[in-house]
Amino acid sequence: MRLILALTGLLALLLAVTGPVRADEAELRAVIAKFAEAKKFKQTEAVIDEIAAVGDPAAAPALDALSEGLLMVRESDGGVFVIRGQDEAVELFDPLTMEPAGTAAENELRKVKVKNSLRRLIADVVSGLTLRAKDPAVRRQAAETMFSRPDPDIIETLDGVIAEETDAGVKAAFEQARAAAVLESDLPESDKLEAIAILRERGGRDVLPVLTAVSRSAESETVAAAATTAVAAVEKSLSFWAAGQNIWYGISLGSVLLLAAIGLAITFGVMGVINMAHGEMVMLGAYTTFVVQEFIRNSAPGMFDYSLAIALPLAFLVSGAVGLVMERGIIRFLYGRPLETLLATWGVSLVLQQAVRSIFGPTNREVGNPSWMSGSFEVGELLITTNRLWIVVFSLVVFAILLLVLKRTRFGLQMRAVTQNRPMASSMGIATPWVDAFTFALGSGIAGIAGVALSQIDNVSPNLGQGYIIDSFMVVVFGGVGNLWGTLVGAMTLGVANKFLEPYAGAVLAKIFILVLIILFIQKRPRGLFALKGRSVET
Amino acid sequence: MKSIRKTLTGIAASAAIAATALIPGAQAQEDTIKVGILHSLSGTMAISETTLKDVMEMLIDEQNKKGGVLGKKLEAVVVDPASDWPLFAEKARELITGDGVDVVFGCWTSVSRKSVLPVFEELNSILFYPVQYEGEESQRNVFYTGAAPNQQAIPAVDYLMEEEEVERWVLAGTDYVYPRTTNKILEAYLKDKGVAEEDIMINYTPFGHSDWQTIVADIKAFGSAGKKTAVVSTINGDANVPFYKELGNQGIEASDIPVVAFSVGEEELAGLDTGPLVGHLAAWNYFQSVENEANAEFIASWKARMSEDRVTNDPMEAHYIGFNMWVKAVEKAGTTDADAVIDALPGIETPNLTGGISTMLPNHHITKPVLIGEIQDDGQFEVVSETDDLVPGDAWSDFLPESKPLKSDWVDLKCGNYNTETEACLGSS
Repeated sequence: MRLILALTGLLALLLAVTGPVRADEAELRAVIAKFAEAKKFKQTEAVIDEIAAVGDPAAAPALDALSEGLLMVRESDGGVFVIRGQDEAVELFDPLTMEPAGTAAENELRKVKVKNSLRRLIADVVSGLTLRAKDPAVRRQAAETMFSRPDPDIIETLDGVIAEETDAGVKAAFEQARAAAVLESDLPESDKLEAIAILRERGGRDVLPVLTAVSRSAESETVAAAATTAVAAVEKSLSFWAAGQNIWYGISLGSVLLLAAIGLAITFGVMGVINMAHGEMVMLGAYTTFVVQEFIRNSAPGMFDYSLAIALPLAFLVSGAVGLVMERGIIRFLYGRPLETLLATWGVSLVLQQAVRSIFGPTNREVGNPSWMSGSFEVGELLITTNRLWIVVFSLVVFAILLLVLKRTRFGLQMRAVTQNRPMASSMGIATPWVDAFTFALGSGIAGIAGVALSQIDNVSPNLGQGYIIDSFMVVVFGGVGNLWGTLVGAMTLGVANKFLEPYAGAVLAKIFILVLIILFIQKRPRGLFALKGRSVET
Repeated sequence: MKSIRKTLTGIAASAAIAATALIPGAQAQEDTIKVGILHSLSGTMAISETTLKDVMEMLIDEQNKKGGVLGKKLEAVVVDPASDWPLFAEKARELITGDGVDVVFGCWTSVSRKSVLPVFEELNSILFYPVQYEGEESQRNVFYTGAAPNQQAIPAVDYLMEEEEVERWVLAGTDYVYPRTTNKILEAYLKDKGVAEEDIMINYTPFGHSDWQTIVADIKAFGSAGKKTAVVSTINGDANVPFYKELGNQGIEASDIPVVAFSVGEEELAGLDTGPLVGHLAAWNYFQSVENEANAEFIASWKARMSEDRVTNDPMEAHYIGFNMWVKAVEKAGTTDADAVIDALPGIETPNLTGGISTMLPNHHITKPVLIGEIQDDGQFEVVSETDDLVPGDAWSDFLPESKPLKSDWVDLKCGNYNTETEACLGSS
């Protein structure tokens, strides 16, 4: 393997010296055609090795396709193609020129099988082939691959590449790859010390594997000592970031708790209804998202990225309508009888779960992430996943809107009037039963919106809601019943506390600790963080 | 008053009619053999167990088309224990005494199995249990058609050691009996193989855990110590989806840190965008993608019965094998009497769906091949490794000091936990 890489490197070097003379395209084509015969992993591996020996960068796209499982063999004539799309008629492309080569039905094609060890081999070969690619991004990718699997045999090749490299960023990446390789080699001490300095400069978690290995096994004591101090320095900066990471994870968990609890803060917090079916409202929102996405997939696949925006109002309406029916049909007969309300709403939750199970089946439903919610980006050493970031933003927006509705609209005013003094509100001409009904619908609708967001990070199954109901009550009670700000602060506090406990106590114990802490806290302050004051408390 | 009497007469009359109507039905029932199906159709486990109920009904229908067993038709009796462990015991009792079933196919979680064990022992009936489990058990009335740890966990770890040259291990599981016992066995096995204490990280999470950020970040950190790292996951069904999503989001690729799972099959992947998971592994005794005639036929009849987008999985194959073994044993014994069938079952051979012949062993476990598969982007698995021979299931792990001397043999020794050192049977368990 290493020999082959070295060979590739040498070949590439030779090519560079003699000018852009491409290896005979026919030869490469003949080698790639051998994939048709490769039915075992060993045979596929042999073909990849042969491609590496030819050393033509033109083979890189075909190899990448193989790695992604897109390289196909046409059963009828043994032609090898790269495919795109998974519709009934698959489009074929020439593996070298990437020009269209007609279509074929799915069952006429056989995939060239790959596994992890082959994918690694391909990455190595491709990085060897693309060291001099035109696109700087491709060169950087090659450098990163070489960095992650350092190989002393490529140092010479890298020296040549570094000398030629014009892009400063890519050059640095190649130098780091070279440094990692130097540490694996038996070059003299001075080279290694220099390499350690380069890696220490780079920092981050990636350099730790190489450096720790050196600090443990270097023959020279100076090198080992230098590596040890470098590891300590890198780890120190990492531990600083780790604290930041915990806070971020805590806020992210807190935003999920906030989303789940905010609807309950209305139904339970403002109205005082112990609504055990709250989780099912969240679930209905998630299933609405599924239905919307299913509809878009079938009729307008191009709109997929907007599916969540379309699902939001629908989820609000669906859950809100179910909440309205629940209030009018059951809960209004049970005001002032908390135990009966608890049992009745729990019954409703079971009915809703089983109904969804009967309609959509007991298995999980797939809700896809739109492209703008996939992936992650780094801030320093802090990895921020896009979907979590959006959920934090979204939960705060929902919170702000709800606050605005309560404080600035006529409906909000009536709602507060009714909860504070029902007889007085009634005598002022407010139709209190309908205000009750719409308040409950609002709380349920907000839960539905939460379901849209939670469908992005959790399973969409009939049991979705059950996982959130306990947490939601915990947040509302902890934050202070009847106070939206309490819900916000409560959710964030619980989230961050949970994430700081988790690394020490493990996920199971951290949850238990939090529960115990809340129980103790409630003993001290029975009305939660932000207790309501004044006459409304007594009624 | 008059009207009440009228109603009463009416009720009595209709009851009499109903009773007469029932008599032919009652006679017909005498001619069927009843097969109990004890799988949750509601509650948390419905997601996995409903499929098994459906596959049992399919197998029974197909057997009836072939003429039934011993000249009698089979009749499925379905009950719903609702994912409620004590209810499993109640429903099992109801099946055996109330409905008079001759055999029961059922249970998924270990705790539900443990809850019905005393019932089957007391009423002397037969249970076929189709799910991979932690071992450390062998009961006279139970036949274990799922994998024991040596048929799933150990070969998977061997594969990672040899093929991927893994030196550092994360054992991640849901916090209950199966992952804890399996991880205990694996930890002992790894240490046996010379893996140091600090190269093993064990992590447990609650059922349905959905916030994996910290744990995945920990795994990433643990994997950056200069040694090849792998995750051995005994995370239970539902929690897997957010776990894999988080892996994808944090950019952990299978070629860097592969995850090998023991509870993730085709059914679990059905609710998941598998793009970012390509290359992660699962160890089972059956994959839908295995190509042979029997499997193609099985998949075709399953899809024809349910719908085109349904998948098949390992526990379904276990029921397929178990059911065919029971049919053969009943035919061999010439009766459905529990004692006769229990005696007839060891030694029964029947083809499995991966092209081999599975045998029921004297310890009530079966022989199966072990397959390691990589997840593909269509939600199926590509087999990357397969044992040469079928592996016999071992009830008592050889890697735990307390169970090493134990042996199960219901044919010669008539004992499920015979201690080979003290040469004594420890009695029922």
